Amino acid sequence: MTLLSMADIGKTYPGVTALDGVSFTLATGEVVGLIGENGAGKSTLMKVLGGVVAPSRGRIVLDGVAHAALSVRTSQAAGIAFVHQELNLFENLDVAANIFAGRELRKGPMLDRAAMRAQAARHLAPLGVAYGPDTLVELLSIAERQMLEIAKALSMQARVIIMDEPTSSLSLAETDRLLAVMRQLKAQGVAIIYISHRLSEVKAIADRVVCLRDGKLAGHLARAEVSQDAMVRLMIGRDLAQLYTAPKAPPGDALLQVTGLTTPAFPDRTVDLTLRRGEILGLAGLIGAGRTSLAQALFGIAPALAGEIRLDGAQVTIREPADAIALGLYLVPEDRKRSALVLDMTIRENVSLADVSRFASRGWVRRGAEGAVASHEMQRLRIKAPGVETPVITLSGGNQQKVVLAKWLSMRPRAIVFDEPTRGIDVGAKAEIYTLMRALADDGVGILMISSDIAEVLVVSDRIAVMQEGQISGTLERPAFS
Amino acid sequence: MISKKELALLALILVVGAVTYSINPRFLSAVNIGNMANLVGLFGIFALGVGLVIISGGIELSVGSMFAILGVIFLDLFANLGLSWPLALAAAVGLGLLLGLVHGLLVTKAGLQPFVVTLCGLLIYRGAARFYTSDSTMGFGYGTDDAFLRWLVSDRTMGVPHTFIAFLIIAAAMAVLLHGSVYGRHLYAVGKNEEAARYSGIRTGWVITLTYVICGGLAGLTSVFIVFYTNSVSPSSHGSFYELYAIAAAVLGGCSLRGGEGSVIGIMLGVVLLQVLQNLVNLLGIPSSLNFAVMGSVILLGVLADQEITRRRKRSLAEAGALAAKRGK
Repeated sequence: MTLLSMADIGKTYPGVTALDGVSFTLATGEVVGLIGENGAGKSTLMKVLGGVVAPSRGRIVLDGVAHAALSVRTSQAAGIAFVHQELNLFENLDVAANIFAGRELRKGPMLDRAAMRAQAARHLAPLGVAYGPDTLVELLSIAERQMLEIAKALSMQARVIIMDEPTSSLSLAETDRLLAVMRQLKAQGVAIIYISHRLSEVKAIADRVVCLRDGKLAGHLARAEVSQDAMVRLMIGRDLAQLYTAPKAPPGDALLQVTGLTTPAFPDRTVDLTLRRGEILGLAGLIGAGRTSLAQALFGIAPALAGEIRLDGAQVTIREPADAIALGLYLVPEDRKRSALVLDMTIRENVSLADVSRFASRGWVRRGAEGAVASHEMQRLRIKAPGVETPVITLSGGNQQKVVLAKWLSMRPRAIVFDEPTRGIDVGAKAEIYTLMRALADDGVGILMISSDIAEVLVVSDRIAVMQEGQISGTLERPAFS
Repeated sequence: MISKKELALLALILVVGAVTYSINPRFLSAVNIGNMANLVGLFGIFALGVGLVIISGGIELSVGSMFAILGVIFLDLFANLGLSWPLALAAAVGLGLLLGLVHGLLVTKAGLQPFVVTLCGLLIYRGAARFYTSDSTMGFGYGTDDAFLRWLVSDRTMGVPHTFIAFLIIAAAMAVLLHGSVYGRHLYAVGKNEEAARYSGIRTGWVITLTYVICGGLAGLTSVFIVFYTNSVSPSSHGSFYELYAIAAAVLGGCSLRGGEGSVIGIMLGVVLLQVLQNLVNLLGIPSSLNFAVMGSVILLGVLADQEITRRRKRSLAEAGALAAKRGK
């Protein structure tokens, strides 16, 4: 029996089309796996269903009633519970308070804490967590908080539960417990939409798989057809092997050697890694595995506690970003709007940001020279904008990322660390960035690419290292990918 | 060079001036213009410093109290202890720089919020000044004045007050610093997005600390000018609320309290507008008790108008971005 259907949903934001005519139906008791690359539109589609975002066009039919847009209240009233990817919890309150946030149980005009505590404990039970309803959320780890979000959804007696990357921080055991809970819910007739990059989990639990690519429906798979290969093929649109561009020359000798490095986030683990000249090393792993901590240690944002970093054989100390920059070791951070760009400044100003003094003579900044360099980079990277005086806030995600790249490329890099390089960027711009990375590598620059997108890692890297809980758990050479 | 916001501010100044003149022609008399220019110079010098701090994303609440303590120390060194005026002046400016350094280090190294640091400064320095003079007024005494220094800081040349000339010189230097130097570029970046500045290798701690030091130095210089203007220092009230004038001028002139925005011209115009408003209250016979009320209302309206203009600008920028996206990235 069809629980809900979404017809021809479209959503545009300034500068980007997130969804372009997507239709989706859901029946009672079925688990649908929703897959797609980063930026394909999965989260946006679910946010439309959850009432967080209003679509630019299309209809949502719930219980036979058509809606142009939902609000969080109507969505919840219809029995749709949303476990968000970005946890929406109140750190200053306890577990029970979070579960009942906005729907507190009352005894007359006052809060009925006893009832909330008891019910919260009941909902936490099947998840097998180590904490109780009185624990302050502030004290919980990310994995524990994810379980809490799930308990919250369970407490809403939902008919539909949307789970957006629910296991990104969970261990194998916790994931198994969650899948067991999901099977229980399925038996009770609850429908679940399961968004995940972990294709093995999708394969284990989904009745059917729907794939989005670039804001459109890319295809679907029935249970029998579901396999890792089939899913990846749908996600990136082509066969894996075809997309990869081989390097022009075999990788050189070691450029960056990390030995016994401990980061503040994982003080009892060490990292050993070698990046060779001219290679693209993909660093895969789950969120929270320690990859960004490694990047921050290499760039001096959160310096390493111990261990050795060698660049071209010589040992180096990196205590602040200026140290790394002086060595030609650059970082393209995960959140470009927060960490890499000053949005209100122009392209010219952002391109020169990491070393403004190279354009200054006697303390006075020569804007002409600055503009010339920015212009040159704009051409080289094909940044589409009216000119160098354009404020970067008006640019699309892909062009913004290119401006960040331009900043570093104008300074002769030796090695660049990319942290989620194509997050929030459409497929066309993604391909351009991959081509740029390959060109850089062919020029002898060593590239360390951190990515949570399996497809991306498989397609771009010459070699893959996997990181788990603060250390490298294995490396793979290209022939072994699949 | 001069932005729409600044032009609007200039227009507002001219309108208010015209209205005042039409009601009381004494507005444009040489005496009145001269007095206004003197006050613009006096308030303008330290408003530039406070504006700089605001651009860095911080705030400086203690300048009024700095005038009290530095004024008292200068007067004591010069008039009572007989120090030569260049030394006494250097002491005042030097102490101002030092206090600025302390503020800067507390913000960058100890990680305290600028509001808290400078609020404590406001309380501590005034208390120290009152203690220094045992809560009495300090004056020049007999025969302890210097004709040259007095001429330098409080006299006029061809009717133009020296405070105003000093203000123009300092404003020019600040304009070069803020809009043309590497430090200025770094300051705007740090003020707007400290994290991105850090990730670009900018030494954000140094940039912010230097800003407080400059502000402190300018406050130290102004404290000497003010001493010769008031001719005595009564620590319990000397310079009270002056920091609010500076902040108001900076905000009116386009400095966002969130940081990363503002210009020297804007701050200058803000100072002028506040003085013109002050003058309006005086010349129009509006009870001086309403002085602050008039100023506060104008500032509120100015900020509201600015907010609305920025909102519209952001929307048109977003639309331009969407258009650009459609035309093909």
